[in-house]
Amino acid sequence: MSNTTRFDAIVVGAGPSGNAAAYTMARAGLNVLQIERGEYAGSKNVQGAILYADALEQMIPDFREEAPLERHIVEQRIWMMDDKGHTGMHHRSDDYNEERPNRYTIIRAQFDKWFNRQVRDAGATVLYETTVTDLLRDAQGRVIGVQTDREGDGYYADVVVLAEGVNALVGQRSGLRPELRAEDVALAVKEMHFLPQETIESRFNITGGEGVVIEAMGTITEGMVGTAFLYTNRESISIGIGCLVSDLSRVGKCSPYQLLDRFKAHPSIRSLLEGSEMKEYAAHLIPEGGYRAIPELAGDGWIAVGDAGHFVNAVHREGSNLAMTTGRLAAETIIDLHRQGQRCTRQALGAYRKRLENSFVMKDMKKYKDVPRMLEKQGSTIMDLYPRLMNGAAQTWFRVDGRDKKAKENAIVKAAWHARGLGLLGDAVKLARAWR
Amino acid sequence: MRIFVCIKQVPDSAQIRVHPVTNTIMRQGVPTIINPYDLFGLEEALRLRDRFGGEVTVLSMGPPMASESLRKALGYGADRGLLLTDRFFAGSDTLATSYALSRLIEKAAEEQGMPHIVFCGKQTIDGDTAQVGPGIAQRLGLSQLTYVSAIDAVDPEQGTITVRRRADHGVQVLSSRLPAMITMLEGSNQIRRGTQNDVLRAARSDITQWNAAGVGIEDLSLCGLRGSPTVVKRVFAPSVRSEKATIVSSESGVSATASALIEAILERQPALETDLLEQASGY
Amino acid sequence: MTTSSPQAAGQRAGMKKELPEHFRSYKHVWVFIEFEHGRIHPVSLELLGEGRKLADKLGVELAGVLLGSGADSLDDATRNCFAYGADVVYRVEHPVLAQYRNQPYTKVMTELVEKFQPEIMLLGATVLGRDLAGSVATTLKTGLTADCTELAIDDERSLAATRPTFGGSLLCTIHTLNYRPQMATVRPRVMAMPRPEEGREGRVVVYTPELEEERIITKVLDFLPDDAAEASGLAFADIVVAGGMGLRSEENIQLVRQLASVLGGDWGGSRPLVQKGWIAADRQIGQTGKTIRPKLYIAAGISGAIQHRVGVEGADMIVAINTDPNAPIFDFAHLGVVSDAVALLPVLTEAFRQRLLVNRMAG
Ligand SMILES: Cc1cc2nc3c(=O)[nH]c(=O)nc-3n(C[C@H](O)[C@H](O)[C@H](O)COP(=O)(O)OP(=O)(O)OC[C@H]3O[C@@H](n4cnc5c(N)ncnc54)[C@H](O)[C@@H]3O)c2cc1C
Ligand SMILES: Cc1cc2nc3c(=O)[nH]c(=O)nc-3n(C[C@H](O)[C@H](O)[C@H](O)COP(=O)(O)OP(=O)(O)OC[C@H]3O[C@@H](n4cnc5c(N)ncnc54)[C@H](O)[C@@H]3O)c2cc1C
Ligand SMILES: Nc1ncnc2c1ncn2[C@@H]1O[C@H](COP(=O)(O)O)[C@@H](O)[C@H]1O
Repeated sequence: MSNTTRFDAIVVGAGPSGNAAAYTMARAGLNVLQIERGEYAGSKNVQGAILYADALEQMIPDFREEAPLERHIVEQRIWMMDDKGHTGMHHRSDDYNEERPNRYTIIRAQFDKWFNRQVRDAGATVLYETTVTDLLRDAQGRVIGVQTDREGDGYYADVVVLAEGVNALVGQRSGLRPELRAEDVALAVKEMHFLPQETIESRFNITGGEGVVIEAMGTITEGMVGTAFLYTNRESISIGIGCLVSDLSRVGKCSPYQLLDRFKAHPSIRSLLEGSEMKEYAAHLIPEGGYRAIPELAGDGWIAVGDAGHFVNAVHREGSNLAMTTGRLAAETIIDLHRQGQRCTRQALGAYRKRLENSFVMKDMKKYKDVPRMLEKQGSTIMDLYPRLMNGAAQTWFRVDGRDKKAKENAIVKAAWHARGLGLLGDAVKLARAWR
Repeated sequence: MRIFVCIKQVPDSAQIRVHPVTNTIMRQGVPTIINPYDLFGLEEALRLRDRFGGEVTVLSMGPPMASESLRKALGYGADRGLLLTDRFFAGSDTLATSYALSRLIEKAAEEQGMPHIVFCGKQTIDGDTAQVGPGIAQRLGLSQLTYVSAIDAVDPEQGTITVRRRADHGVQVLSSRLPAMITMLEGSNQIRRGTQNDVLRAARSDITQWNAAGVGIEDLSLCGLRGSPTVVKRVFAPSVRSEKATIVSSESGVSATASALIEAILERQPALETDLLEQASGY
Repeated sequence: MTTSSPQAAGQRAGMKKELPEHFRSYKHVWVFIEFEHGRIHPVSLELLGEGRKLADKLGVELAGVLLGSGADSLDDATRNCFAYGADVVYRVEHPVLAQYRNQPYTKVMTELVEKFQPEIMLLGATVLGRDLAGSVATTLKTGLTADCTELAIDDERSLAATRPTFGGSLLCTIHTLNYRPQMATVRPRVMAMPRPEEGREGRVVVYTPELEEERIITKVLDFLPDDAAEASGLAFADIVVAGGMGLRSEENIQLVRQLASVLGGDWGGSRPLVQKGWIAADRQIGQTGKTIRPKLYIAAGISGAIQHRVGVEGADMIVAINTDPNAPIFDFAHLGVVSDAVALLPVLTEAFRQRLLVNRMAG
């Protein structure tokens, strides 16, 4: 083992979690090697996302000055869709045009690349187009380094940070974590559609750097648990839809691509995309099992962060911020041990768990721990029936057709009762519980 | 052996799009790559180094960002990277580019000695001109061997080389003298995957950067836009023909469509049928 | 270096037309005649046709520049140049010029330009032409525009050379305003082949260069001619059928081949097919493949990207089969069918076969 291939820490992956971990450690003066299988950081990552500023701001306070940000979000639309229309809520406020906006749309390929550049500037050594194939262990089973798909004897370090994303093949192959359960992951497909900036701004009633986000659920997922979204970037629109893998295989009637095609053709969406040029599409898994699906997070010589640790808050569609925060907390744990001259044993790395418990990360994960289970059972009612009822009710209410208002009210209640009966009450209770 | 390889960082043109309204290039998010043709030269250079020892130096002229491509070349196994970068080079056409690159080569040669071979790609995928290689050869007085499909023999001591060159109607076997400029034909080899040591060394190496003054360019009027005799006067999207294709209906099944199509073709090109009949044989 | 740089220092080259004094005497349009193995490359004749138009527009002479060894008979070639439109032929005979080599050819071309001063020089964008053009332009320090798809003379008597740019997504028009000659290369089959006028005559200017074999460092040891039976016919076929990614799988290439064979034509494909290894590189049609000018071109499952388009636009009739009614190919095809090529091709093949059969029996 030559000196030149020894490091204080090796980070597997250059997504938000890996970048946060590598950045934090390199800034603290650790000798860090980061390994990314893509051609560059972000090249393998699904494009277009929302960035929650806070997690990044903690590490790079002035990131707004140079990070490639698309638009800051001033308007959020939540749509319940049936086959022909939607009922929804729009929330918009000029307050979001603040000096340090809180949410931005980003294009991951560019953002990750920028973030990774900060990692390099902080002093880490970053390898691309190199896939970690295995963990190297000593006689006691401690993780001591990684092997890659390139010819050579491997790279060695005191600790390996698994920031490899949701598939976590390295962790799985090494027996550090169980295989993903179909109930715990959603498969999302996503496309980028290009439109001139002016068109986007007039279509969404925005100016300058303002942006709009649409989150949609309803019949578009054919009764499966899932949501669809549309984000405005500067000169493009990211659009996608995702459903639980277990539902997709159970229902088995259409692929996510077909769902996306239908979503795009939906009357409420079609006109927003008109005339656009589709550039790329991609599919990616999202870990949505919540708190209960969090695997073991650390062991002798290794630690897991981000999607690899199943840190996604599916209810609020937060992922990258949890990834960055867990990456940072893992790094801080390692830095402490490094400074104290301690080895990164399972026990010593237990401090990571404590940091997580004290942060919003575990608190939020726990808060929604029952949502995934509830959706597993109640999914089709919530995803299909309620949106239909809502849109039906809205139509009954808004149409002026000579029926008296009282009759309309009755019709709405009757439709709901007919469809769900007492279950209505139960659903409300369950939903409230899962949310609590 | 001392081998130089000129590589250019280019936008991945497969991913370039044209703004539908303004007809300008939308570069946003278009990734850059090493000009694919240059990798054939690089691999050939690495093979020669493996055989004869010595060093492979990769050179480029471009914006500071081009050092990424040079670093990537080191990851394939090249030994050093040199970047010539200066705002004065902006807007260079092939004549100005070959001037700048030949000065960079001379500068590197001052330090390392004259290279035995300089490799270029056959052409770039953005400029697509295949002129820079010959331009450099001409300026530096190198034997010019373009479209080389194989190097049959090379003797760095004697300064001789024998290559196969793809000509228009066959393959020329040429013998020549070093130093030589070789542009490799595509498909003649395949770039290797660097080892763990290569990529680690690449990630840690510094790419040496020179500016115009650094390589001894005093007369800036030979560089960039000013040093470029060609002037791009207009960039435009290909015109859409005023009349679009006449669409043959395909509603009543394939066989009806096929007959309708044949009718439509022969109606517009009556001579074709006679031609076809003359040609057709064996049925 | 043979010429001194004419550039007045500090002046922004080119943006304004201010032809320096010593270039004002440069006149006439030249075409480099590619003459190898005893025959003229067709692209040179195509360029004579195009050069004729430019020369007429400028009111100057059109010249062919013909290099070869004494052993070759250059007489035929000279006659051909006149027949295809040249007013003058610069004829250079020397044993050293027997086979193309960069060094002596560059030397001779440079000397000729300096002596006879053409304002425009066109070369074929063949392997030979590209090898030579780059060296000559560098030696003369003038502008060279590669792979032009269109040539014209603008109001200021300047050559407007149009070519694809940015990997072909756009076209650009390039001028060489302050230097002479204005050089351009054009790929084979991009320009139409002119009709020869037998017996047309012109002036021959013989130039005798000083060349010594000992001073030429590159020697041709051998020449291994290509298999004649190989796909070179594609560029000249009257009927071409081609397939693209819409064919979906390698097996379906045969559908294209079968139709081509029934029509007695040749076949090819778009670049991704070559990249996938489904078809050989010399079957690629388009900017970086072959340019074709058939009477009938049938494109099955090809989107019609500009790089493909520039290779087929010269066809008399383009027929496109594509499932996407918005595919760009319908913008320049003459006839289109919105349909699954994999399903349509075999039926179309059979229908053509029947039609020919019936007609043959009838006729
Ligand atoms: C469609 C979609 C939309 C989303 N929208 C949002 C959103 O709007 N906001 C939000 O906050 N979150 C969103 N998320 C979630 C968010 O993308 C993830 O939570 C976040 O990317 C996790 O970061 P990570 O670093 O853990 O993993 P990743 O981003 O997946 O990064 C892992 C990296 O590791 C590399 N890698 C993997 N294996 C290896 C190996 N063996 N060797 C070397 N490198 C390897 C990969 O190439 C990749 O670059 C979305 C997810 C999807 C799929
Ligand atoms: C520098 C450069 C040079 C290039 N040079 C060339 C070149 O010389 N030649 C060349 O061809 N390309 C070239 N290209 C590539 C070019 O840009 C396009 O990518 C390529 O032409 C696309 O090939 P395609 O139409 O077969 O595939 P695609 O673009 O994938 O299109 C497939 C088409 O088939 C249709 N289709 C799908 N299924 C069916 C079906 N069942 N039946 C009928 N239609 C169907 C689709 O609607 C689509 O229009 C070059 C690119 C670059 C960057
Ligand atoms: N800016 C550049 N830097 C380094 N090499 C270059 C540059 N431009 C062109 N080349 C080399 O010249 C070859 C031909 O380029 P071109 O004439 O632009 O088609 C390329 O394949 C490169 O090897």
